[in-house]
Amino acid sequence: MTKSRLGASFGSLLRNSTSIIMAAGIGVTAAFATAGTAQAEDASVKIGFVTFLSGGAAGPFGVPARNAAELMIQSINSGAIPAPYGTAGVGGAKIDPIFVDENSKQKNADYLKLVEKDGVDMVVGYISSGSCKAIAPEAEKAQKLTILFDCGTPQIFEDIVTDPKYTFRTGGHATMDNVAAARYLQQQDVSLDSIAGINQNYAWGQDSWRDFSQSVLQLKDGATVSTEQFPKIYAGQYGSEVSAILTSKPNVVHSSFWGGDMEAFIIQGSARGVFERSKVVLTTGETAMHRLGGQMPNGTVIGARGPHGDLAPESELNDWFRKAYFDRFGTLPTYPSYKMAQALLGVKAAADKAGSADQDAIIGALRGLEWEGPSGKVTMALANGHQAIQDTAYGTYMYDKDAGKATLVDIVRFPAECVNPPAGVTSIDWIKGGFQGAACD
Amino acid sequence: MLTAIAIAVDGLGFAAWLFLSSVGLTLIYGVMRILNIAHGGFYALGAYSSAWAIGLYTATGSPVAFSFLLIPLAALIAGGIAGLLVERGILKFMYGRDEVLMVLVTYAVFLILEDVTKLIWGTESYIAWQPAFHFGTVEIVGIPYTVYKFLIIGTALLVGLSLFLVLNKTRVGKLLLVVIEDREISSALGINVTLFFSVTFVVGAILGALGGAITAPEISVSPGIGAEIIVLSFAVIVIGGMGSIGGAMIGAVIVGFARAASVHLYPPAELFSIYLVMAAVLAVKPYGLFALAESRKI
Repeated sequence: MTKSRLGASFGSLLRNSTSIIMAAGIGVTAAFATAGTAQAEDASVKIGFVTFLSGGAAGPFGVPARNAAELMIQSINSGAIPAPYGTAGVGGAKIDPIFVDENSKQKNADYLKLVEKDGVDMVVGYISSGSCKAIAPEAEKAQKLTILFDCGTPQIFEDIVTDPKYTFRTGGHATMDNVAAARYLQQQDVSLDSIAGINQNYAWGQDSWRDFSQSVLQLKDGATVSTEQFPKIYAGQYGSEVSAILTSKPNVVHSSFWGGDMEAFIIQGSARGVFERSKVVLTTGETAMHRLGGQMPNGTVIGARGPHGDLAPESELNDWFRKAYFDRFGTLPTYPSYKMAQALLGVKAAADKAGSADQDAIIGALRGLEWEGPSGKVTMALANGHQAIQDTAYGTYMYDKDAGKATLVDIVRFPAECVNPPAGVTSIDWIKGGFQGAACD
Repeated sequence: MLTAIAIAVDGLGFAAWLFLSSVGLTLIYGVMRILNIAHGGFYALGAYSSAWAIGLYTATGSPVAFSFLLIPLAALIAGGIAGLLVERGILKFMYGRDEVLMVLVTYAVFLILEDVTKLIWGTESYIAWQPAFHFGTVEIVGIPYTVYKFLIIGTALLVGLSLFLVLNKTRVGKLLLVVIEDREISSALGINVTLFFSVTFVVGAILGALGGAITAPEISVSPGIGAEIIVLSFAVIVIGGMGSIGGAMIGAVIVGFARAASVHLYPPAELFSIYLVMAAVLAVKPYGLFALAESRKI
């Protein structure tokens, strides 16, 4: 927040002679009044945005998220978003952004620079689960409001920061994606007798596979894991892994690959018949479906880490977001864009509710908040109101050759309470316990 | 049996890719004693230019068969121009400096090339899958493999054989071996060492670009691919002995087979297997399997 320098002015006045105190007092009163008006007009909230602006995650994730941030900042500042977000600013303050590249070897130092040197009022960012694991404790230590908008590992509030005060995550975590994937396959009558996984060898990939494989083991008696592959992130070459999958002959292949790794796996796997011999589920597939077009094999099960993109429900807000994004960037928004918009609307909803953009006011209002994003309702239901849940959806990919259009068919929506653990229960305990309390109807 | 055959084919395929991706690095080190970190930048330039050219070409609806010609062409143009600019514009002013300093210089060049790549092609990824699919697959004990993978294996053998013949059977190659042996004596004998350096660097850059260009149809060409290849290439040439072409081939085969065996038999050790092999080789042969003999100068 901008701060007036009236304190200093007042101090200097006290050093003057008593003969001018009355006159000065009148002046100070006038100054207060003027400053107050100026503050209302020019109040700003400085937000540090951290996404991948370089490296392999920039194209499919970081840049779409940054683009969405730019669009939303301009729209929020000018009051151009449909109801209930028609008022300008967040809590009356305009957003003053600083963008930082997440592709850095010194993420914590970059974060502290934002907080201490740049003096941001909050940080919104982080796509990689590795980044979030590093930043969440740092945010609590620095006592700075930090909104994790995309990263997926459930570890953040289950293991890393178990009693968060300053850290929030406005998107669902990986458990939702993978429980829903398993439920979708079951509902589509796909055989779950034998499953295989190819996931990146870090928190995101490991947690995704753990939640998916354990969910399948719960849903299908006697299901077996034929092979589980964990290549290094950005490996790009999956010849051996594809052979291992083909030789193990699974019914289902699960992958939480994203970005270039996912596209490389689709190219190499489809060329060698993996997608024909097994049902392949890609939990982040939505980010690539429009880019790959006919190259994405028909029948692939596609997720979007929430009901985003082509899986988003119809609404005035969604229509506005898709059109505004397309008009500005010439391409439709994918789920990283949706999740950035969701995060900023959460901040706006909290600040507007509190009537202030002060950190404490936003934290108080955001905890347990429910708001509408372009993808529908979001509820901060887990981790003492710091972790969002929302409905999610999966669909099956179909490419219309004549129209040259990528579509999703057989879309199934899952209520948030069906695919997320209840508050106070860790994801893995909930899954292994047979999804106690899941409300799927 | 099925697994053993799969390991053999996968290992060979991975080894071919590794060799093509690292041979330029070991050639430049052998001749110039420069550990060229910018190699990753040449690899990325080759991959981007290849994917971009194939994308433009196939969008015209022309026969895919001719798109194969774009791969060496893209490598030749991208690697040739970039290599020449880097060598003439930067490295020629640094010759004779400490090897560690040259690592830093080429690292700086690598960072510049990364940004140049982004300036030209942006942050979007490029896919040029058509050549990888064009010839379809062949089944080996029931497992389909793309014919394109065997083309990569063939190209790796061709590049290795060509380098061997040029170095050992031609006058230029023999002179180059003399330069490798002792650049001061070579210079005293009237060999234009600077010219050899320039040509070697450009050839090394073209080979780096070829590694990227031939890989492009199998992957999504994205920012950052150059950084990944440097680490693997370094492991390969350290195992084989830095500066040895034959060593790079053997190193690639060892790493390729170790990784393929790990993926099939014990996947959690996939990454570890590469560095385990490297550590094991270095424990027995500290300068790699086929390290060039170093004459001791007093």
